[in-house]
Amino acid sequence: MSWLELFRGALDSLLERRSRSILTVLGLLIGIAAVILTVGLGEGAQAQVGSAISALGTNMLIVTPGSVSTAGVSGGLGSASTLTLADASALSNATDCPQISQVAPVSQHTASLAAGTNTWTAPVVGTTPSYLAIRDRQVVLGQPFTAGEVQAQAHVALIGTEVVQNLFPSSRTIGRTITINGVPFSVTGELNPAGSSANANEDNLVIIPISVAESLFGSRGPYAQSLSQILLSATGPTTMSAAYQEADSLLLELHQLPTPAAADFTITPQTSLLATASSVSKTMTVLLGGIAAIALLVGGIGVMNIMLVSVSERVQEIGLRKALGATPGVILRQFLIEASLLGLGGGVLGVGLGVGGSLLVPSLLHAPIVISLPAVVGAVVVAVGIGLCFGVYPAARAARLSPIEALRSA
Amino acid sequence: MSKSYGSGAAQVDALRSVDLTVERGDYLAIMGQSGSGKSTLMHILGCLDVPTSGSYRIGGADVSQLTEAALAEVRNRRVGFVFQQFHLLPRISAVRNVELPLIYGGMHPRAARRERAEEALAIVGLEDRLSHRPTELSGGQQQRVAIARALVTDPDILLADEPTGNLASDQATELLSIFDTVHDAGRTVVLITHDPDVARRARRQVRIRDGQIVSDVNKPA
Repeated sequence: MSWLELFRGALDSLLERRSRSILTVLGLLIGIAAVILTVGLGEGAQAQVGSAISALGTNMLIVTPGSVSTAGVSGGLGSASTLTLADASALSNATDCPQISQVAPVSQHTASLAAGTNTWTAPVVGTTPSYLAIRDRQVVLGQPFTAGEVQAQAHVALIGTEVVQNLFPSSRTIGRTITINGVPFSVTGELNPAGSSANANEDNLVIIPISVAESLFGSRGPYAQSLSQILLSATGPTTMSAAYQEADSLLLELHQLPTPAAADFTITPQTSLLATASSVSKTMTVLLGGIAAIALLVGGIGVMNIMLVSVSERVQEIGLRKALGATPGVILRQFLIEASLLGLGGGVLGVGLGVGGSLLVPSLLHAPIVISLPAVVGAVVVAVGIGLCFGVYPAARAARLSPIEALRSA
Repeated sequence: MSKSYGSGAAQVDALRSVDLTVERGDYLAIMGQSGSGKSTLMHILGCLDVPTSGSYRIGGADVSQLTEAALAEVRNRRVGFVFQQFHLLPRISAVRNVELPLIYGGMHPRAARRERAEEALAIVGLEDRLSHRPTELSGGQQQRVAIARALVTDPDILLADEPTGNLASDQATELLSIFDTVHDAGRTVVLITHDPDVARRARRQVRIRDGQIVSDVNKPA
């Protein structure tokens, strides 16, 4: 008996029990759509985190004060303030650190802003012009401040789009004055929109010269001369680890520390941030995907259930087919094909629903969904496989039926 | 040959040392009350079952030791069944019902199959009911479709189990005349029945009781 005939026969008997077939397919469909959507959401989140982190700057190393583990006691990132401007200028010395191309000291504080009657609160970053290059930010309107202005302690500020929206809702910004903690600054530039990264809103930001930040925030807090972090960029992606080594040994020497274990700072390559963040979203994907897989399993059991019902309902038909010359193998194949057609239907429709949902969900949840072709093909293959696997037992039962018994049960 | 079910004290001997030879072109009626063993005999004759002991040969070939799959092939090629309950597939047309054995026999192409099925339906006088579903046909017509299905593979033997059991008498008469025609065309026909009126049609009448043949009478031609 040809496969074509088997498919035709299987399709006939599925259509004969149309509403039941549709309901069975529905069970699988929901499982497949859930898998597609959750995996798509996970991949979307991963892609978003990845692009957000790489938007932080390429080839970037971040030096933060405090060690992850000091003498067995975990201090935590940023728990101590041991980085100074002297560290930053030493790191920018080209002879000591040939693989470090740019250095930006960062002193970050949250401050209250005002322009006219509008007020706002945003992180204020005191730094040097290198910051923009390392973080890959652009000034889209106006001019960035210069190293000379840093030297001269000019009261100038670059503001992010969110700050613009809140302080200058409907007017131009360049040349206007804002106050930061009551001290007036002249706005010289607007930053490009950069969106949100994993842990910060890159658009809610004011950048001022580091020299001014020192006097602005210097009297507050116990670590007057310390920096929040120092950003470094390596000369290229391949020199990241060399740059890491240079920074590490130079800072150990400057801080007069004998061993790397005693380090009072932590250097984090941007790539490791990426790895951490994507492993988090990968965990989420696996978790959600697992739940969806359970839904799929339930759908598969539905297929088995319906096929078993179908076998016991069609005992006479099976007996007749055997009397007419169907071998056990042919009967087995017929029922397996029926089950996998149910799987195929569930898979194709589930992919349809999943892809449809992926067009709809992002606008509802503001979460990106990435549907990849392998996921789609995989889902259909898995659905057919589920139909096949859960169809084996009912099909084997059908194949084993004795034609006499089957014909007798009238 | 013999056939028994169960074992030990619960053993039931459905057939006891039955020896039966059916000649090619024979028209045979196997008669007996229910429980006489005539159904078991029919199952073995139709290769739906195998004897517990002894042997069964069709055209010289022993089929009593064959596997399930091999038996299925013998049924397909050598035996045509007609059942009391018709046993047609309800959702497909008459002609597709008749095509089924050809499909299991692996006949190609489809057009040739269709042609054979239409010829078989013409023999039973249903050439104008090809695309009707069984539910749209009368009982007599359904049983004629079943006869066409049994004949379509050109089997060595046509086995009919109480073929008129579910039919009104006028339809039954009409149907029996089809068996006569089929026999006249040279085919071996075996009727299993408890109805003497049906059995009278046949040329040879075999009575079976308690699993044994009690009489075997050839009606003078």
